[in-house]
Amino acid sequence: MSQVSTSPSMATLGAASKPERRDIGLRGRYAAERRFRLFGMAAIAFGLLFLFLLLFTVVSKGYTAFQQSMITIPVEFSEQIIDKNNERATNPQKLVSANYPVVARNALAKVLGVSEDDRAGLKAVNGMISDSVRVQLRDLVTANPSIIGTTQTVTFLAHGDLDSAFKGQIDLSVAENNRKISDKQVGWMNTLAESGALSKHFNTGLFVNGASSRPEAAGLGVAVVGSLYMMLIVLVLSLPIGVAASIYLEEFAPKNRFTDLIEVNINNLAAVPSIVYGLLGLAVFINFAGFPRSAALVGGLVLTLMTLPTIIIATRAALKAVPPSIRSAALGLGASKMQTVFHHVLPLAMPGILTGTIIGLAHALGETAPLLLIGMVAFVADVPGTPLDPATALPVQIYMWANEAERAFVERTSGAIMVLLIFLILMNVGAILLRRRFERRW
Amino acid sequence: MNMMSEAAVEKALDKKMNDISYKMIGKDVSVYYGDKRALYDVNLNVRENTVTALIGPSGCGKSTFLRTLNRMNDTIDGCRVTGRITLDTDDIYDQNIDVVELRARVGMVFQKPNPFPKSIYENVAYGPRIHGLAKSKADMDAIVEKSLQKAGLWNEVKDRLQEGGTGLSGGQQQRLCIARAVAVSPEVILMDEPCSALDPIATAKVEELIHELRANFTIVIVTHSMQQAARVSQRTAMFHLGNLVEENDTDKMFTNPDDQRTQDYIMGRFG
Repeated sequence: MSQVSTSPSMATLGAASKPERRDIGLRGRYAAERRFRLFGMAAIAFGLLFLFLLLFTVVSKGYTAFQQSMITIPVEFSEQIIDKNNERATNPQKLVSANYPVVARNALAKVLGVSEDDRAGLKAVNGMISDSVRVQLRDLVTANPSIIGTTQTVTFLAHGDLDSAFKGQIDLSVAENNRKISDKQVGWMNTLAESGALSKHFNTGLFVNGASSRPEAAGLGVAVVGSLYMMLIVLVLSLPIGVAASIYLEEFAPKNRFTDLIEVNINNLAAVPSIVYGLLGLAVFINFAGFPRSAALVGGLVLTLMTLPTIIIATRAALKAVPPSIRSAALGLGASKMQTVFHHVLPLAMPGILTGTIIGLAHALGETAPLLLIGMVAFVADVPGTPLDPATALPVQIYMWANEAERAFVERTSGAIMVLLIFLILMNVGAILLRRRFERRW
Repeated sequence: MNMMSEAAVEKALDKKMNDISYKMIGKDVSVYYGDKRALYDVNLNVRENTVTALIGPSGCGKSTFLRTLNRMNDTIDGCRVTGRITLDTDDIYDQNIDVVELRARVGMVFQKPNPFPKSIYENVAYGPRIHGLAKSKADMDAIVEKSLQKAGLWNEVKDRLQEGGTGLSGGQQQRLCIARAVAVSPEVILMDEPCSALDPIATAKVEELIHELRANFTIVIVTHSMQQAARVSQRTAMFHLGNLVEENDTDKMFTNPDDQRTQDYIMGRFG
């Protein structure tokens, strides 16, 4: 710079010989880039907004489902009610068919100070207790008949309407005869809550119970086990079949009209509506092969058919992405085609294959329509022991609960959606971890 | 290897060369890619313990010819080879010849270094392992060490055999690929422009290595660099438009070629 200032003639010479700057549209190009970035950010913000809205509505409606109102009071196992004539030694049916709801009702009436002659009062008290108490007390007594005649502290489920009221989900400003819970019951509820007899507990029943028409006793147990069976069947069948098919098509099959046709068909199958697979499963597995209706086995088979194209497409893409130089290197060393594929190509394609498989599984986990057609939309109260027993699936359970009228099913529907989302998130995290594990660092 | 013995080896090899024993014989070799003909009736013999360089402008068929020698062309859809190529006395396109066995006898080093994404040790051990050449872990260790030494890489990698092969520099990777090919103890090593992706120093190392490998192997090398052909080979073959133009001693080829086209190519008048 100092040289320039000392010799101005040189500087002017430089300026004069400098070529004129051309207009190469830089301003326009940068503006276009800025616009594109803005669009991109807007698109992402839009997506995030809806994701947030979805999560917010589901969680805000559903988080209460993970707690359940329960009543803890001393219960007198009155011999008078359970086994008036002392027949239990000779007639084991006596303890099974005894009138346990009355035992619970009387216990609660005693705590609330309702006279045993006040029939309307007793009816109202009865309306605060879940009918599931019958099974609970029966199990207690049959397990240990010696408690008859004694008084035990028992925790049992409150009625679904009381549960909703206790969670503040019933609008108490509505006229009394237009709502499911009376003023008297609300008063009792407050008394019980103050004394600590009525409290909220973690809702383990939601995860272990089967279907029930009483919302407080309904759970996802059958659906979770059914979904688990189906995922296992899908994984065990579709992963090996899909990967084997893709390896054959990609690495071994000659490229001709026939393989082109197969490729087009696989791509088309991936786009077939899932309900069509349900019809196919109904026709083939139930009507033709004679597998039991509503069974997780059939559901798993149908979902396998549905997942296969996804896995095949993902696996073929992963195999295609392996650099050809690796194949040449192995073949050049005298590895057979099979050794080349299994020693070098497949391990390198593994992360892609696993990602595709888990995306396919996640898709299958959330699939409802084909399961409706093969009868997995059923009232199943007992947890299935084998994949041949009747079962439901998580999304079907959500569908069924969403159709129920009771207020308490609303929170359960959202709660079940949360459980399903958690399973999906776990699967995706699993996919990421597996990817990391299989990805070579060098 | 000291200077004296190297000179002695050189002499012995040259003497052997004068006896002329052909390792591979190509007779009327033509290659078609679908309808397109890439090679026209090439007659080219590869001498034992000799470095044969294939030169010629791009697309002249020299790589294609190289790849017919270990049937790597088989992996290309629609590729057809006619004519006859023998390795010793075996017709390598005979139905009774197993391509896997052929490639164990005729190894290959590619244009771009392509080590497996595995450890250095595994890269070298892979070939011997699939062919069952090592009876024990100690055997394998010995093969790996010997191969890396032959490839002049041992001193650079002996402390990090378990590290990834792709973490090496380009030149080291290419020498690793040579070690990998050598580990199978092939009779012939084919090299397809092995230095085109390397800098001059790495190239010099690989060329020196080719020179040493000549004692134990027959080498066929495709190269774009005439200087390289002059430096490393004893015989040179010139291809043009799918035809073999001339095949001669390298010295003669670069000083007094028989064919005008060779003269023009070497002088840089085309190509």
